[in-house]
Amino acid sequence: MNMFRIAFRFTLLSMLLFGVLYPLAMTETARLIAPDSAKGRPVYRDGTLVGFKNIGQLFTGPDYFWGRPSAARYNAAASGGSNLSASNPEFADEVENRVDSLLKYHPGLTRQAIPPDLLTASASGLDPHISLEAALIQTPRIARNRGVKEADLETLVRDHEKGPLLGIFGPGGLVNVLELNLALDEFSKKTGPESRISSQPEANGSGSY
Amino acid sequence: MGNEITGVAVVFGLAATLSWPLGRYISGVFRGTSGRFTVFTVPERLIFRFCKIDPSAGMDWKQNMKAMLSANILFFFAAFFLLLFQGVIPFWNPGRLGGWDPILAFNTAVSFVTNTNLQHYAGETDAAYFTQLVVFCWLQFVSAGTGIAVCGLLFQGLSGDTGSNIGNFYSLLVRSCVRILLPLAVILSAGLSLCGTVSDFGGVREVHTLENRMQQVAGGPAAPMIAIKQLGTNGGGFFGANSAHPFENPDYLSNMLENIAILLLPMALVFAFGFYLKRKRAAILFFSIMTALFLAFTAVSVGQEVTGSASVPESGLLPGPNLEGKEMRFGPVASAFWAVSTTSTSNGSVNSMHDSHTALSGGVLLLDMFINALYGGVGVGFINFFVFVVVAVFISGQMIGRTPDLFGKKLEAREIKIAALVVILHPLLILCGTAAACLASSHQGWLNNPGFHGFSEMMYEFTSAAANNGSGFEGLHDNTPFWNLATGVIMLFGRFLPIIGPLAIAGALSVKKAVPASSGSLKIESMAFGAVLTAVILIVAALAFFPALALGPVAEYFSTL
Repeated sequence: MNMFRIAFRFTLLSMLLFGVLYPLAMTETARLIAPDSAKGRPVYRDGTLVGFKNIGQLFTGPDYFWGRPSAARYNAAASGGSNLSASNPEFADEVENRVDSLLKYHPGLTRQAIPPDLLTASASGLDPHISLEAALIQTPRIARNRGVKEADLETLVRDHEKGPLLGIFGPGGLVNVLELNLALDEFSKKTGPESRISSQPEANGSGSY
Repeated sequence: MGNEITGVAVVFGLAATLSWPLGRYISGVFRGTSGRFTVFTVPERLIFRFCKIDPSAGMDWKQNMKAMLSANILFFFAAFFLLLFQGVIPFWNPGRLGGWDPILAFNTAVSFVTNTNLQHYAGETDAAYFTQLVVFCWLQFVSAGTGIAVCGLLFQGLSGDTGSNIGNFYSLLVRSCVRILLPLAVILSAGLSLCGTVSDFGGVREVHTLENRMQQVAGGPAAPMIAIKQLGTNGGGFFGANSAHPFENPDYLSNMLENIAILLLPMALVFAFGFYLKRKRAAILFFSIMTALFLAFTAVSVGQEVTGSASVPESGLLPGPNLEGKEMRFGPVASAFWAVSTTSTSNGSVNSMHDSHTALSGGVLLLDMFINALYGGVGVGFINFFVFVVVAVFISGQMIGRTPDLFGKKLEAREIKIAALVVILHPLLILCGTAAACLASSHQGWLNNPGFHGFSEMMYEFTSAAANNGSGFEGLHDNTPFWNLATGVIMLFGRFLPIIGPLAIAGALSVKKAVPASSGSLKIESMAFGAVLTAVILIVAALAFFPALALGPVAEYFSTL
């Protein structure tokens, strides 16, 4: 039974070392070397917590850029994907619903021109990004609803384009939807007439965007 | 597209390059010669003294097996009771989460002790910070340390220069944790923090969104746990969405770091074998075989996900990659590469939802776990590969009509029997489990997807449990007594029998007299043997699993053409 005595003591000590001291040391380190990241990169506007830079949020109004469909409805306390397989008829139905909804609110848009990221749910349900194309197809709608020039919005979108890591690694041509929408509000405040009312009806009532 | 491929090529290249010196270092740690820095030796001596371990005491394979089992039994009970009484612990529990259901606690405790990290709970809603750190993060160290320590015992048994004494499990366990896992985890955790991985104790935050909604955002001390979950091939995430969650894996750089960490130690242990036994050429051959299969699987998976032909159900839509269940910041290439990495190495963390992969990519992930030895889990991956080596040596011996010998020791009936049983165990657990689930499932609402894919969902769950992988086709509603008990038992068998068997072989070989190499001896470094070994791996996987694969992913693929 000497074995169990050793094992018992090792269990206690290793728990203290790897379950308490190590994580405490590393969270303290994180607080020192990357205080903002440790807190999840919160974004404040006028003193209010309006989001986290890397956590997508639900946008359904006609005057904002919409993010990707989310199986978690952007609930960042219950993340996850749809886990639907491409062979599932339910998946085909969902895609068709998203297509209909997009076509309805973006006159002039064709099926062929819808970027795939706007038709598919992300893995986490919190994907903060959409593709550049996905942002650009939404500019006419937002310009109309905010009473601003479409060309200005296009410039705004392109200013927010993120390239690959160091220019060579990984996907490029992405836009952070929350950051873009924050910039959009700033832009409207500076230029356009105050056309945006926060209690506008939801364009996309199903909430799948 | 080009940039995405460059990204994964760099990940693979860096992991492979770093694994060579790391392998040399690990071999030194096993021998006690490297890593003798004060920061390591002082805590080590402290642990040895407190636990009354005599690190220099040699033990035979049976004593080591008992030491390994007794430690793991205590790990299990500690974890089980801490989960059961989660609500009693007054701190590190801002959400005031209560105790767990005993069957889920059983499944989860087994899952983390066996280095599987199959998660039938959701981190955000079920696990207090205390549980995440003191139970899960702790087990992610000691279960990985157990795997590495056992691998060290196997090396010593094969080298056979100390007779029946094949080393000291405790000493190897402590050294693996302190000299290998801890320093790497410290570096990775700090690196992830710089990338934006969250680590605080604040609880759920309320966000006032731009459209005037309330959004709940769960944070937590994630960075330290994610570091060890990747390095120790554990894979159990802090959040439900695992490494797809932006708080765990915030950008492409963090994704590269984590993917390197997934591959690093499993690769390094192959080279550690080469350094320890002074058989670098054999190690390079083994590494090449693993790499060839790994890259072939990657090519299929990446190709399928990038084409995503089946993901566009109706005509008239823009054909594009399969983005269902994927994050834009990683893209389809890095997601598919990660999926192959995580199933090859028995890691099981995910940055895309495997359930939504295309049929053939899902099939490749299954095949990867059927083999379960392409780099494999830390320590146990090489042990699984070693079993294939024993079988291949035996078959080669039959072909050339000689008694097979391995590293200068004769392989006899007992060793071959053990190896054969270990090889058969894996398909037995998976196929029997899947068959049982199929018989029971007709009236249960487990499945998220109908038809062939639903079959794959159930088979994937058992494969992941038997391979101690931990990823899932997560659509399966698996938090039920059937799944919790069945996968719990299978994880235990899938972990400990494939450790004990090879340990017994190593113990038997260690006391055999060496046979001098002659011109007729099988050269394990030769290409010819490499070909036989590859064939053995493929034939075993194909013969045992092909019918099941045909019913699942293959049938699904042809049905969507």
